[in-house]
Amino acid sequence: MFATLSDRLTSTFKNLRTKGRLSESDIDATVRQIRRALLDADVAVPVVREFTGNVRERALSAEVSAALNPAQQVVKIVNDELVGILGGQSRSLQFAKNPPTVIMLAGLQGAGKTTLAGKLARHLKESGHTPLLVAADLQRPNAVTQLSVVADRAGVPVYAPHPGVASEAEVPTGDPVAVARDGVEQARAKLHDVVIIDTAGRLGVDQELMRQAADIKAATNPDEVLFVIDAMVGQDAVTTAQAFLEGVDFTGVVLSKLDGDARGGAALSVASVTGRPIMFASTGEQLTDFEAFHPDRMASRILDMGDILSLIEQAEKAFDAEEAAKMASKITSGDGFTLEDFLGQMQQLRKLGSMKKMLGMLPGVGQMREAIDNFDEREIDRVEAIISSMTPHERRDPKILNGSRRARIARGSGVTTTDVNQLLTRFESARKMMKQMGKTGGLPGMGGVPGMGALPGSGKRAGARQASKGKKNKAAQRRASVQSMKAAKKAAQAQQQGAQPASGDGFGLGANASGPASVEDLNLPPDLEKYLRG
Amino acid sequence: MINLDSPLGIAVLVIVVALLIVAVSTFFLRRDRVKKVDDAASRALRPRVDEATGETAASAIDDDAVAIEIADESSPTAAAQPEVETPEPVLGRFTRLKARLARSGSPLGAKLLAVLSRDTLSDDDWDEIEELLLLADIGAGPALDLVEELRTEVRVKSISGAAEVRALLREKLVALVGPDMDRSLNLAPQILGDGTRKPAVLLVVGVNGAGKTTTVGKLTRVLVAEGKSVLLGAADTFRAAAADQLTTWGNRVGVETVRSDREGADPASVAFDAVKQGSAAGIDVVVVDTAGRLQNKTGLMDELGKVSRVIGKEAPLSEVLLVLDATTGQNGLNQARVFTEVAGVTGIVLTKLDGTAKGGIVVAVQKELGLPVKLVGLGEGPDDLAPFEPEQFVDGLLGE
Repeated sequence: MFATLSDRLTSTFKNLRTKGRLSESDIDATVRQIRRALLDADVAVPVVREFTGNVRERALSAEVSAALNPAQQVVKIVNDELVGILGGQSRSLQFAKNPPTVIMLAGLQGAGKTTLAGKLARHLKESGHTPLLVAADLQRPNAVTQLSVVADRAGVPVYAPHPGVASEAEVPTGDPVAVARDGVEQARAKLHDVVIIDTAGRLGVDQELMRQAADIKAATNPDEVLFVIDAMVGQDAVTTAQAFLEGVDFTGVVLSKLDGDARGGAALSVASVTGRPIMFASTGEQLTDFEAFHPDRMASRILDMGDILSLIEQAEKAFDAEEAAKMASKITSGDGFTLEDFLGQMQQLRKLGSMKKMLGMLPGVGQMREAIDNFDEREIDRVEAIISSMTPHERRDPKILNGSRRARIARGSGVTTTDVNQLLTRFESARKMMKQMGKTGGLPGMGGVPGMGALPGSGKRAGARQASKGKKNKAAQRRASVQSMKAAKKAAQAQQQGAQPASGDGFGLGANASGPASVEDLNLPPDLEKYLRG
Repeated sequence: MINLDSPLGIAVLVIVVALLIVAVSTFFLRRDRVKKVDDAASRALRPRVDEATGETAASAIDDDAVAIEIADESSPTAAAQPEVETPEPVLGRFTRLKARLARSGSPLGAKLLAVLSRDTLSDDDWDEIEELLLLADIGAGPALDLVEELRTEVRVKSISGAAEVRALLREKLVALVGPDMDRSLNLAPQILGDGTRKPAVLLVVGVNGAGKTTTVGKLTRVLVAEGKSVLLGAADTFRAAAADQLTTWGNRVGVETVRSDREGADPASVAFDAVKQGSAAGIDVVVVDTAGRLQNKTGLMDELGKVSRVIGKEAPLSEVLLVLDATTGQNGLNQARVFTEVAGVTGIVLTKLDGTAKGGIVVAVQKELGLPVKLVGLGEGPDDLAPFEPEQFVDGLLGE
């Protein structure tokens, strides 16, 4: 079973190594794999057809046959095309010359409009605007209440003259068009410079509600109409997007629920079919979980490649800089890193969410995917329990752990002595490895890291897989880890150079310029190299 | 190069290293546990079957196991209060809903016929048929298999007419959807070992925005229409105004809602209270609504596991319904898998089937996980919840 495009392409390219040239049938096979990957990511069928057509054409052209390494070139083309469609016309919110700027939200039921209204309001408030939320969803039961609560959490005023309906069967009485119009008036009178209008969710096929949305649009003349779409949505994305494009002619797209594990092919479909830019991504349940859309990351996600940038960003949020600095020097020296530090690190890591997901984000872990899939998060609990059962002295100096101490620890943490031993052995070898890397330049400043160049070949990779089955061959497994780490670091370095200037303005109103470029030459190569070696 | 003075560089370094260590040190520590988890997951599926067979044995309560689709009680024994409205009886919903399904029909069927009526089916034609199936969210794997099978069979049996090929495709799809699955809701009051009578407990789970609360509301109306006494549990303590929404649904058919007096209360305790009050008051069915959660949020899934465990302390769960949005793509399979692992889902409610989406993902879900779709939500009206009919669903997919 191939879980990801990376895995599939790796297998497709396996035979190409000897050829060095791509024949037409090679390209057909490749294109089929790409097609399958896109379909699995829920990219709409017509979009897939067009997309693979383009890729095929470019792959057959001189561009590839002349390239030093055709296989690598094909993957680069795929990524280029994806980023091109997703971020071709990236832009920021446009504010009206004469305030208030009117932003209208539209989308299907359950897409997340009301929640997004709060997030957008909070974001705008933080960047110095004075938004007003207008409750024009008089359709869904208690939508008005929900918006008020959300507004309250965001610390933003809400204009809700009509209580809306309290139950599904109640006939909506208020006039949402009037509410929206009055809302804008209200904002003008009270000097709010942005108005966010939350409208009722509707199905694409519902003529009546679509007309209502069009009426709201006509009455308020919004500067931006944002179409909110769920990242989990399947083939219906195109139909829906087209219906809304006809109905309200939206100016931008917001992708919601991107924190799920859906691959989000809908983004590609909508961007490709409507030509409207995807502007924001909504990534969680808290009001702060809202960010500018990153086309490059989305491309990797659709293709199911690693996403080291998101990982780093999450890490930044959770880690205390000072503590991290201390830890970094300890790691460099190798000796200072104790089980106590290890425990602390692990606990901080857990704050970031699922360990499985994070491991999956590291590029180049494809060969360990099976192991990751089988990874039980509760193993970490067990490790924590073992370390917690040690005395502080033992944690600082595991060497003093003799048989009786180990037996006590095993009893205290409800595991066997073998487990304790195993943990200690692994910890020791991991520590040694880090020390080694500190010496040989696995650390900052290392010039000669070969990136993924040293990746084990296919034979060795098979070995790594077997290692995941049994407990043998730890070395191979560790080697794989080292590789992913190096790759990650390389990407991190690149991130440092490429994206550092952009990271300051957080909200990406215009920050995208550096994004695609950085991933282009940085994030991708480690993955690319893998295909060649596959 | 990573600048050691920059917090970013350090954070990056530390997290990568830490991740690495954690991975190395924990990965293969006692791998046999993984297997146990799998076992637990499959066990979660099994009891439902046992219950079903046990149920037929206990004929005393058999009459109470009202399956919605065969509910032919002519009229509901109207609820007591005068201001409370009477929901439409379940029977007869179908014709109306059928009409609505037909209205939302896409040009899929027409396209399919156009392709099939060509004299000889070339590779491209077969690709086109596959794409039509893909458009319904059936998924790349199943669509490919289906087309391959169909192709072989057409060749072997030398079928040529468009109508026959179509009929064959339909037949295959129906078989995939599994027409013989048990799609009734287990609503029998439970008699525990010590002879105490407990209400049937329904837990409704799903991702954000799938339509859980609305489904609970509609389901309540169905149950009331069947003359059952119902109590609602508003265990969605997270989303603003979710409890209000549920209470309003309940009030309209004279059903009480157990809710917490503050936002952010422990959902498990609200669910427990609901079931406890339900059994104390001799209620027939307790329906517990939960907060939407994405299946990859470990913390929230643990919370759901706790809800289901804690309810089990008062009375065993009769049904766990996963609400799945018909617009959901391939992620639906993941959702079903994870929710089943955590909460032991026993059936699926497919909502928003009145749009252009066909909900083809349930084909894969039923096939891979053996979870039957039990109900479908077909619109915004309060009585637009109907039993799932495989044949009709397939006709919808093929755009009859």
